[in-house]
Amino acid sequence: MVLSPAAHAGPLDDAVDGLAASSEDAIIVNVGRLAALDDPRAIPALSALCDDRLRAGTDGHAYIFDNKTRDVKHPITGAVIGSPPRPLKEVETSNDIRRVALPVLAQLQLASPNAAVRLAAAEELSKTGSAEAATLLHRALSREQNVGVRDVLSEAVARVDLASSSRDARLAALAIVEKTASDAFLSELQRMTAKGPNGTAVETDPQVYAAAMSALSAVKSRQRLIAFGGSLIHGLSLASVLLFVALGLAITFGLLGVINMAHGEMLMLGAYSTYTVQTLFHNYLPGAQQFYLLAAIPVAFLATGGVGVVMERSVIRHLYGRPLETLLATWGISLLLIQTIRLIFGAQNVSVANPDWLAGGTQIAQGLVLPWSRIAVVGFVILVAAGVWFILQRTRLGLQVRAVTQNRGMAATLGVPTRRVDALVFGLGSGIAGLGGVALSQLGNVGPEMGQSYIIDAFMVVVLGGVGRLAGAVAAALGLGVINKLIEPAAGAVLGKIVVLVFIILFIQRRPQGLFAQRGRVEA
Amino acid sequence: MLTRLREMHSPLAWGLIAGAALLIAALPAIGLPEYLVPQFGKFLCFGIAALAMDLVWGYAGILSLGHGLFFALGGYSMGMYLMRSIAGEGVYRSALPDFMVFLDWKTLPWYWSGFQSFGFAAVMSLVVPGVLAFVFGWFAFRSRIRGVYFSIVTQALTYAATLLFFQNATGFGGNNGLTDFKRILGAPLHDPTTRRTLYLVSAIALLGTYFVCRFVVTSRLGRVLTAVRDAELKTRFCGYESTHYKVFVWTLSAMLCGLAGALYVPQVGIINPSEMQPSNSIEMAIWVAVGGRGTLLGAVLGAWLVVGGKSWLTAAIPSAWLYALGALFVIVTLFLPRGLVGLGAKLRPAVDMVIARLRRPAKAT
Amino acid sequence: MRKHLVGLFMAGGALALSACQKPEEAKPGAAATPAPAAAPADDKGPIKVGILHSLSGTMAISETSLKDVALMTIEEINEKGGLLGRKLEPVVVDPASDWPLFAQKARDLIQKDKVAVTFGCWTSVSRKSVLPVYEELNGLLFYPVQYEGEESSWNVFYTGAAPNQQAIPAVEYLMGKKGGSAKRWVLLGSDYVYPRTTNKILRYFLHEKGVADEDIMEKYTPFGHSDYQTIVADIKKFATGKRTAVVSTINGDSNVPFYKELANQGLKATDIPVVAFSVGEEELRGIDTKPLVGHLAAWNYFMSMDTPENKAFIDKWNAYVKKNNLPGGDKRVTNDPMEATYVGIHMWAQAVMQAKTTNVDAVRQAVGFQHVKSPSGFDMQMDAKNHHLWKPVVIGEVKGDGQFRVVWKTEGPIRAQAWSPFIPDSAKKVADWTYPWACGNCTAPKYGAAGVVAAAQ
Repeated sequence: MVLSPAAHAGPLDDAVDGLAASSEDAIIVNVGRLAALDDPRAIPALSALCDDRLRAGTDGHAYIFDNKTRDVKHPITGAVIGSPPRPLKEVETSNDIRRVALPVLAQLQLASPNAAVRLAAAEELSKTGSAEAATLLHRALSREQNVGVRDVLSEAVARVDLASSSRDARLAALAIVEKTASDAFLSELQRMTAKGPNGTAVETDPQVYAAAMSALSAVKSRQRLIAFGGSLIHGLSLASVLLFVALGLAITFGLLGVINMAHGEMLMLGAYSTYTVQTLFHNYLPGAQQFYLLAAIPVAFLATGGVGVVMERSVIRHLYGRPLETLLATWGISLLLIQTIRLIFGAQNVSVANPDWLAGGTQIAQGLVLPWSRIAVVGFVILVAAGVWFILQRTRLGLQVRAVTQNRGMAATLGVPTRRVDALVFGLGSGIAGLGGVALSQLGNVGPEMGQSYIIDAFMVVVLGGVGRLAGAVAAALGLGVINKLIEPAAGAVLGKIVVLVFIILFIQRRPQGLFAQRGRVEA
Repeated sequence: MLTRLREMHSPLAWGLIAGAALLIAALPAIGLPEYLVPQFGKFLCFGIAALAMDLVWGYAGILSLGHGLFFALGGYSMGMYLMRSIAGEGVYRSALPDFMVFLDWKTLPWYWSGFQSFGFAAVMSLVVPGVLAFVFGWFAFRSRIRGVYFSIVTQALTYAATLLFFQNATGFGGNNGLTDFKRILGAPLHDPTTRRTLYLVSAIALLGTYFVCRFVVTSRLGRVLTAVRDAELKTRFCGYESTHYKVFVWTLSAMLCGLAGALYVPQVGIINPSEMQPSNSIEMAIWVAVGGRGTLLGAVLGAWLVVGGKSWLTAAIPSAWLYALGALFVIVTLFLPRGLVGLGAKLRPAVDMVIARLRRPAKAT
Repeated sequence: MRKHLVGLFMAGGALALSACQKPEEAKPGAAATPAPAAAPADDKGPIKVGILHSLSGTMAISETSLKDVALMTIEEINEKGGLLGRKLEPVVVDPASDWPLFAQKARDLIQKDKVAVTFGCWTSVSRKSVLPVYEELNGLLFYPVQYEGEESSWNVFYTGAAPNQQAIPAVEYLMGKKGGSAKRWVLLGSDYVYPRTTNKILRYFLHEKGVADEDIMEKYTPFGHSDYQTIVADIKKFATGKRTAVVSTINGDSNVPFYKELANQGLKATDIPVVAFSVGEEELRGIDTKPLVGHLAAWNYFMSMDTPENKAFIDKWNAYVKKNNLPGGDKRVTNDPMEATYVGIHMWAQAVMQAKTTNVDAVRQAVGFQHVKSPSGFDMQMDAKNHHLWKPVVIGEVKGDGQFRVVWKTEGPIRAQAWSPFIPDSAKKVADWTYPWACGNCTAPKYGAAGVVAAAQ
């Protein structure tokens, strides 16, 4: 694609200004004009149009609004305009306009010097599957040097060629399809190999038909593989969430014998701490908005840990040795916490935005996108679990904790400050739950009752894993997460959950002490 | 027989109980406003459930956090009868319940057969929870699952059941549950006479349940149960098969809960899976804790206090009633480990002292 | 034994506590059966208005705002002098998302508090649970939420949308060129009656438009479901090759993880548009809307509608929020059920003034005539025949700031079809409370020709 020199700025300027027209139809017409002009200088204007950044001035011209610097710029040259003709009206876009504008944008971007931009443009164009797109793609392919972009372009070309009338083109396309085995071709292949009412296939040429069938089976087997891999990965992600919610509970229950029904609310408090930090950053440190999450981690930990210590000191310490009473008392505390949050923040959910570096995901394989936020949660939970292990196994506090768990009386005799250890451990457990809340705020909704939906899962993990051993909680979380996700595609979400619950009930019958048992304060 | 009765309560106590029962049963006749009759009937059903809960927890030491499941199963059995009794009168004028019509089902599933008969439904409301409890309890107690583990596993059970029943495909009305009832045994449900009759039946059932529970706990079986609660290992070494005792009382308790559920549904007019929710079962435990576990009357009291308080507070302080409830739970578990009845016992020496002081004339110096 | 005495005293106390009521109502002669007609409201003193919305539990997220806007509207009416020279007194109760408690509270409102009307309910379960109470005691309920239809009660006025006022126009829009010319459909909902019935109606509708069953995927998730990874992956797979649109009747909390997953897996609105029926401004408050730009919602009102009436409404709301220090502050929004509550209360107030009494039977007849200019700028009327509000349909795209951009709306309000003509069983039914049909669910008029009463249905 040759960069067309600006013969005269007239039509380009007019078309770009026409993007700020008041009627949708006029905008679409002008997008078409820009496509015909094929001038890459229209790229900034088109992309501003799709992003809601195009403005219409009272003088009838279009302007681009830069969100970050809050400047108004010229749509073609990009020069900052000091005093634009205010008031500037936002140009209203809709899916309709974007559907037309994005492919044109892609068409212009096919000539970009940046390989990543060319790649994205090629993918966007291949989605349209139109004849013009085919010509453009062929041209681009013949010129392309970058290997990654070549692959995408050839796939895009193949998709278009599958419907071509030329037999050789179809065979060439099928060869590419079989090589990549991408499931984007599935419906086309199925159409080609479908048999009509009289038994003859849509695809009349037998050689092409055979190639299509073999391509189809290649695509299907790859799909199965990806689906299985996908389930495993989704299971891992679910397991990381389960581990977060259960780790704190495993500590408090395993090491202290305390059933904390308010554990879910610790999660909720952690999530709300994240929300508060986000709001504070938004109000006082807007420049550092992207890093609020890093600040939220210690805040959530300390806040929930603090609440945990207060709970322990005021209520729980009087109830040691009476696990059933702690259950009921902490249930009451959970009601109090929920209502307090509801009164402060309102009954509605609050919005916690993913920072930019966590948004989106990475494509591992066709159709399998692993979101960054989930990867981050897995990494985070590994860090936290390692941290807990370190504290328990390698620090003095951990030594004291283990001593108190195994024999409180003896430990006290040897000078371990049991009461302080109790409070600290409870605080630690609650703090970990708070960190779990930070993670959950990135994945799901944040509302006053969010903790209630996780508490049962937390218990299941703890009971299955056996109390007192971190390894148990980790193993149980992994097992439950993966099993749940493996069953789900076949049985549906609900049945999957039910199967997991029944499995736990049966497992406990056989092995009441859980996967990894340890003699703790609680009699199994 | 008389000695047995005497074992259960002193004559004075029997008299007081009879008096209280009469009073409660006669409330509608002596001035309870019409709109409160179904509400109080509901309280009576909760009283039955509380007794069932106290039986297993207070006397056998088994904390179940899934009793709501048995309650709901009893309720569903009765609900299925009520639904079948209005066949053809629903919104779609079909022999099938409305929710099956909009799911495009053509025939009644097999597990709905038989429920057109009241007797069958009544029996099933006891049998279904009983059988489930028996099977679950047999395996659980045999594996020596106890204490906190058992509680959590019962939570899992009731949670799984909630999920199952929430699904429309299971055939019990999904999230909407069973509703739109019109008649029970021919009597229209909205008729005040029917309401009062249901109330009376609930009162009698409560009295009967109390009788049964008291009978059990004052019998030799009851004493073994208390031994199991306090020191299971020792009891087993003495030769008692603790599993059998636990399974028995567990099943009995489940059946009583089912009875409560069956009486609850016609008075409330709806049964849906949220009755099985874990939080409902936890509330049942709270009733018993507040009232005083190990004392049957205490359990009933606790249930009435908590449920009545909730009814009152949700109208009086709608935005803050959860505070009151939460605070109640915390205070009761912290300071009244034997519940309100325990408070009564604690107050007794103080009461005695006050009475003694009043009797003695004040002496100078 | 003493402790049992104390116990029995406490039992009595507990019962008394729960029966907490005003002294004049505990009349000894109340053993007589009260007549089914509602007790006539007294002619002096304030007019009591019941507000029956969950302020705790799972539904509190949605229903708390309805309580707030109802209180605001009542205050507005009182500031203008009240009705018939009497002030309105709101009676707020919290049924705590507990369906049996809804029925109990409804009964209390009518019989204990003697309210003249109730504004309440959200979920269909709650409405079905209170319906027998209102029908038995001849009360009046205004129900402000979009629902699945298939109902029309003598005692209820429905100010929320029926499927033909929301779902069907949305699907038609998506089928059209502006909506993306969708050929394949994913019907995704939470597992309960509203999505099930709506999807049933939509499936019949799609069949009529020539869409085959292989091009329709129907999936349900339980309430509170939060892991949509597998489902979104399935949608992506289903969508390869043909233009696909997703019709989402996911309820409440689950919307957030669903949209987050859509964003994570890169599903853009220009490729696979998602139109939701239960996501409004309130729900968007709890979501990061940047990745959702372009996805759609279909309602009868949006906060972003640019009309003078809407500006006045929003200003009033903001002032109310500020004055009462409601949590959320200036982030509070208005949405469709709030607008429906507002319109409903005004309709009832107008009816009361016209009927010159709060008596339910008189007011009911008068409500059918009422027109109210809604904040959406449309003139809404209550249909006396099926007790449903005529409503316009508005389709909006999500913007980055949590508001909606209106991309399509009907010319004027359209009439609700209480019984969907797309379901064979319902197509024959008629909801017409005027003579000679006089019923909400029948296939023949109650009063046959020449005023002769036909055999009872």
